Amino acid sequence: MTLTVTDLTCDRGGLALLAGVSFTLERGTALILRGPNGSGKTTLLRTLAGLQPAVEGTIEADPDSIAYAGHADGIKATLSVAENLAFWAAIYGQSDIDTAIETFDLKDLRDRPAQNLSAGQKRRLGLARLAVTGRPIWMLDEPTVSLDAESTRRFASALQAHLADGGSALIATHIDLGFDAEVLDVSRLRAAPDAASGAFDEAFT
Amino acid sequence: MTALLLRDLRLAFRSGGGFGLALAFFLIVTILVPFGVGPDTSTLRIIAPGILWVGALLACLLSLDRIFAIDREDGSLDLLATAPIPLEGVVAVKALAHWLTTGLPLTLAAPLFGVLLNLAPPGYVWLTLGLALGTPALSMIGTFGAALTVGLKRGGLLLSLLVLPLYVPTLIFGAEVAQRGTSNLDPTTPLALMAGITAGATALLPFAAAAALRVNLR
Repeated sequence: MTLTVTDLTCDRGGLALLAGVSFTLERGTALILRGPNGSGKTTLLRTLAGLQPAVEGTIEADPDSIAYAGHADGIKATLSVAENLAFWAAIYGQSDIDTAIETFDLKDLRDRPAQNLSAGQKRRLGLARLAVTGRPIWMLDEPTVSLDAESTRRFASALQAHLADGGSALIATHIDLGFDAEVLDVSRLRAAPDAASGAFDEAFT
Repeated sequence: MTALLLRDLRLAFRSGGGFGLALAFFLIVTILVPFGVGPDTSTLRIIAPGILWVGALLACLLSLDRIFAIDREDGSLDLLATAPIPLEGVVAVKALAHWLTTGLPLTLAAPLFGVLLNLAPPGYVWLTLGLALGTPALSMIGTFGAALTVGLKRGGLLLSLLVLPLYVPTLIFGAEVAQRGTSNLDPTTPLALMAGITAGATALLPFAAAAALRVNLR
């Protein structure tokens, strides 16, 4: 499952934010997106995940191979950890949630309602959700926010296991995850301010 | 799809899920009306079908903004949009879950509340049948409205303003069914027209709502 992006232009609120994004994500590799706040990392990930259309350029990937995890974890507060995971597994046609619970150390929290979890525990549940989707390409937006050092290590090793398994990952992050990965600095791909592709559209909406 | 339906039903029954809210609201409206217009049974008998329908409609409106807003807040909606089930299916299941937790209880409780308003005996069957056929349209149209306003902060009021005019045909035919039922006239024509609205809404609105959601998710 490779993801090939050619000359992609993404916009945010009608203004072109990134232009000329090209890369190939091979099986078993990870690509780290870096750039200051507001440089377009989230916009790029949302475009690739299919949540917003690309202005220009092509994304070549099987849409059924991508699992996206944004800033919010999509956790229901009144459902337990296991119920939350079982729901997402069922949506993706999977049934195994025990491996993910084991990987992200959620065993003791299994039957606890998600509203009683701490921020870091919620994040771990959100990351475990990715693991139950069974999809090869993970798209992660700031996955380590509110994780402690131990959980970050746990996440990094889970990620490496996923890569070794033939999966791939696209990660927007500011921290060093402690393994070798290619880095794409999105701040260099900033669209020229006058190349506001959506400016006319916006005038008519 | 089944998983989504079961999750939504489970969430509705858990604390803060809002199940029973619509029913309680419906009950209070039907209790308040006799206080307002006086206990004269012949007046109540005349206005009962209309009051019951308006009450059911307003009760249905109460929980509409929860359909997508909560999923949007906690990020589930983004994840559902990228999940392997079609967004049209998500919309249809959400509308079905809304109907099962709102429209169906209202339909079942309506005959009971009819007693409070001294509804004429032949009207009970037609009121229940009318609500059973009409409330799915209310849920479906409401889900469409919720999809339109999902990106807005405090979109609940705008949602009511958008949705209420769209409820008018269902209300007219629904109240007409109950009215004709109580006065022993043949109610099949308005009943068929209302069933037509429900069928049309169920067939077309999932697509419109999914398109609105896609725009709002950008």
